[in-house]
Amino acid sequence: MNGRKSFKDDEFSFDMNTMTGISSAWSETKIKERVLTQFNQTRARRNIINATAVYGLSFCAILVLFCLFNIIFHLLVQGFSSLNRDFFLQLPKPVGEPGGGTANAIVGTLILLIVAVLVGVPIGLGAGIYLSEYAHQRFAQAVRFTTDVMNGIPSIVFGIFAWTILVVPFKSFSALSGGIALGIMMIPMITRTTEGFVRMVPVPLREAGLAIGTPKWRVIKDIVVPSSLGGIVTGIMVSLARVAGETAPLLFTAFGNHFWHSSLLAPIAALPLQIFSYAISPFEDWHRQAWAGALVLILIVFVINLCSSYFVGRQRRMFSSHK
Amino acid sequence: MNLNDQTIGNDILPGDIRPHINTELQNGKPLFVSHRKPLEESLENPIPQIMVKELNFYYGRQKALSKVSLGIPAKKATALIGPSGCGKSTLLRTFSRMNDLIANARIEGTVTIDGRNIYDRDTDVVELRRRVGMVFQKSTPFPKSIYDNVAYGLRIVGIRDKKTLDQIVEKSLRQAVLWEEVKDNLGKSALALSGGQQQRLCIARALAVGPEILLMDEPCSALDPNATARIEELIFELKDDYTVVIVTHNMQQAVRVSDFTAFLYLGELIEFGSTQKIFTVPKDRRTEAYLTGKFG
Amino acid sequence: MGPFPRSKNMEKFGQRKDAVDIVFQRTMLVFPLLVLLIVGGIFVQLLLSSWISIKEFGPAFLVTSTWDPVAEKFGALPFIFGTIVSSLVALLLAVPIGLGTAIYLAEYAPQWPRRIISSLVDLLAAIPSVIYGLWGIFVLVPVMRSHVQPFLGKYLGFLPFFQGPAYGIGMFSASVILAIMIIPFIISISREVILAVPHVYKEAAYAMGATRWEAICTIILSYGKAGILGGIILAMGRAIGETMAVTMAIGNNVKISASLFSPAYTLASVIANEFAEATSKLYLASLTHIGLVLFLVSIVVNILAWLLLWRINERQKIFQGR
Repeated sequence: MNGRKSFKDDEFSFDMNTMTGISSAWSETKIKERVLTQFNQTRARRNIINATAVYGLSFCAILVLFCLFNIIFHLLVQGFSSLNRDFFLQLPKPVGEPGGGTANAIVGTLILLIVAVLVGVPIGLGAGIYLSEYAHQRFAQAVRFTTDVMNGIPSIVFGIFAWTILVVPFKSFSALSGGIALGIMMIPMITRTTEGFVRMVPVPLREAGLAIGTPKWRVIKDIVVPSSLGGIVTGIMVSLARVAGETAPLLFTAFGNHFWHSSLLAPIAALPLQIFSYAISPFEDWHRQAWAGALVLILIVFVINLCSSYFVGRQRRMFSSHK
Repeated sequence: MNLNDQTIGNDILPGDIRPHINTELQNGKPLFVSHRKPLEESLENPIPQIMVKELNFYYGRQKALSKVSLGIPAKKATALIGPSGCGKSTLLRTFSRMNDLIANARIEGTVTIDGRNIYDRDTDVVELRRRVGMVFQKSTPFPKSIYDNVAYGLRIVGIRDKKTLDQIVEKSLRQAVLWEEVKDNLGKSALALSGGQQQRLCIARALAVGPEILLMDEPCSALDPNATARIEELIFELKDDYTVVIVTHNMQQAVRVSDFTAFLYLGELIEFGSTQKIFTVPKDRRTEAYLTGKFG
Repeated sequence: MGPFPRSKNMEKFGQRKDAVDIVFQRTMLVFPLLVLLIVGGIFVQLLLSSWISIKEFGPAFLVTSTWDPVAEKFGALPFIFGTIVSSLVALLLAVPIGLGTAIYLAEYAPQWPRRIISSLVDLLAAIPSVIYGLWGIFVLVPVMRSHVQPFLGKYLGFLPFFQGPAYGIGMFSASVILAIMIIPFIISISREVILAVPHVYKEAAYAMGATRWEAICTIILSYGKAGILGGIILAMGRAIGETMAVTMAIGNNVKISASLFSPAYTLASVIANEFAEATSKLYLASLTHIGLVLFLVSIVVNILAWLLLWRINERQKIFQGR
């Protein structure tokens, strides 16, 4: 290779006698020349594309962030300017009268969530533990698949389901039906996270329990579940945050109520429902209330999410200490 | 001066060629001087193509290479040996700036290829990597057909012409001694090949874009002895046309394929010289200890 | 089998020894069975409740465009049309932006913005649907009406999609909100897929002289295409089933129109709007019938995505096995 030149020099000269018994029609020199010509021809274009791509991609990210900040900005500005003490303490005023609050809806949401937890947590937890500890491959796969599918079922379908099994027989919209609809929606996520975290409990820890003659069920109860508790609670929290803002399954189950609810078998107000009905109403003052409600709702959701990340952090530390 | 007489350690470059090289920059432009002496080439006075000068390399705060200087001769096979973690892979990767991809990595000193410092600001890394091919420890076939794997580097530079592609793919596969095994199945997925075939495919892929230097990072460590033997034969042939730098754990392999050997230990270049000399009369006690299996 | 270490002998030994274990295991079995039962129950209940509508209209229900509660003539075509169009437009907007953001986050962004942006994206995913709807009505729709739609009408008005008066409320606004809602979903799945591509393959591409963008396009997209496609299908499932935000922004008009500016209706939003007020049995059954369609579509979509994502897992096993 005589006269090596710079990378950016177009004229390469090559050593010609490097054909070592290769019968291809193209010599190495010809190939190198061909690649080099092409390389030099397209290099500028490739560099431009490469540089433009960075801008295009960061633009996408900025656009997404812009949407987020825009939503948060409006929530904060409109929400805070409409929030006051009455909002938390008073019942809604009749149509047209200004003022009033959504005390019943805030309480209603909490009650619905309690019912949901009572339904969703035992089933989700039990199913998750069973899948990790007992289930045979096929059965576990079937249940996992079912939970994945369940995760993708539109929320309004759960509303119809709760309506068919609770509203129709009792002939009344009810807090119970709304809570159960939300509870069922929590099941798939709790099942999957529970299974995942329980499965992560190190085998030596279980063996230690079994080795001293503890029956398996006690190992699960006393060792496996407690050491994955942080993760399990995280799963519960995340699924709770998700259903807390759900509106569609409540439309014809909890239904909404302008007053305090009388029993679990009567219609009940819920914050998301209240936001919905206020938002589509023609009254200026109700729009204001809708923004305030939205701010409160999103704060609830974020607080639950924050708690969940606390628990997941604890869980991580726990497992890292085992390893 | 004769290479056989000296150990080329830090600061000392292979004998004769020192006066013929100018790695300095003048007004930001490289000055090129022919490396070649008008005399015939021989093992004793090789032409260094890669010049490493006072190279320090850091991963964050950890120093991986310390004051490494050596000259890797053109169209010869040079083996980098040393115990794990001695920095031999790091050194190899600096030759095609693959360490750029690692966050926190920092480099001091110069690496010069054909008289040009590749760590200059205005180096076109893409061009550098086209000229400096690399084969990895683990074979890295893309999830495409055998043909498309070899044509990959050609397509990205914009060669679309079917005839040209066919020619170059065939030639590269022949060079990598894989052609006879795959010529009837060029459309088959590269993932269906055996480990050794995959590694040869990766070599063919690297050769297709017409590199001048071929870096190999323990190319046989994941292969069985049979496949290893084939790759070694291949390397032996390739060094007629390419400057081959190979990192290896296997000292027999270094003896079999390389003309020169560099021994690194704890990030420092301990000894560099002709393979024969290094393995028969090592100058440094550490080299000797390593070669005789006292550590590593 | 669970992660408990077991041999055949040990299992027998354990089972004979502790009867409580068997009882406990049997009791726990109730819960996964309940999960299966619920999903089965949803299907059966939907089928039973919509039975009179199924009997009355048959498969023609899906291709009939009349929706007349007074005359008790029901057909779901306008809603199917609205659902398909709004989801497709949403995907058209969300896929490039979401994928672009995911690539940016995985390949370009420096360490600290990467973490911040990722958690902000998670935040976007946590916002309830009804709040998106609220934002849509009061922030997005006015902008659409006064700026975006007139602009599109002016420059792309030769296309039938961008013709007609700019109401603001309508298919287009609903699609934009849907897009924003599914973007975090696409981002998080694609980012995971991209990060799962082994680093050596990216290095191999760079070593061949590929630019960063070429390496991303060729390597990441060829390794990750099945996973990204799975993510897109899942996101489409979300878009199809999304109810509140769409109901609030789409205008709820039973009409099939080529223009994206005109109000429309979707499967989910007709249920949301009319279910509580439906009086006659056939009307309710028809709405449940729509719910059944929604249920079946979501199951098909999820099975598709599941198969795609499952295939990747299998393939990754092959890669790791080497």
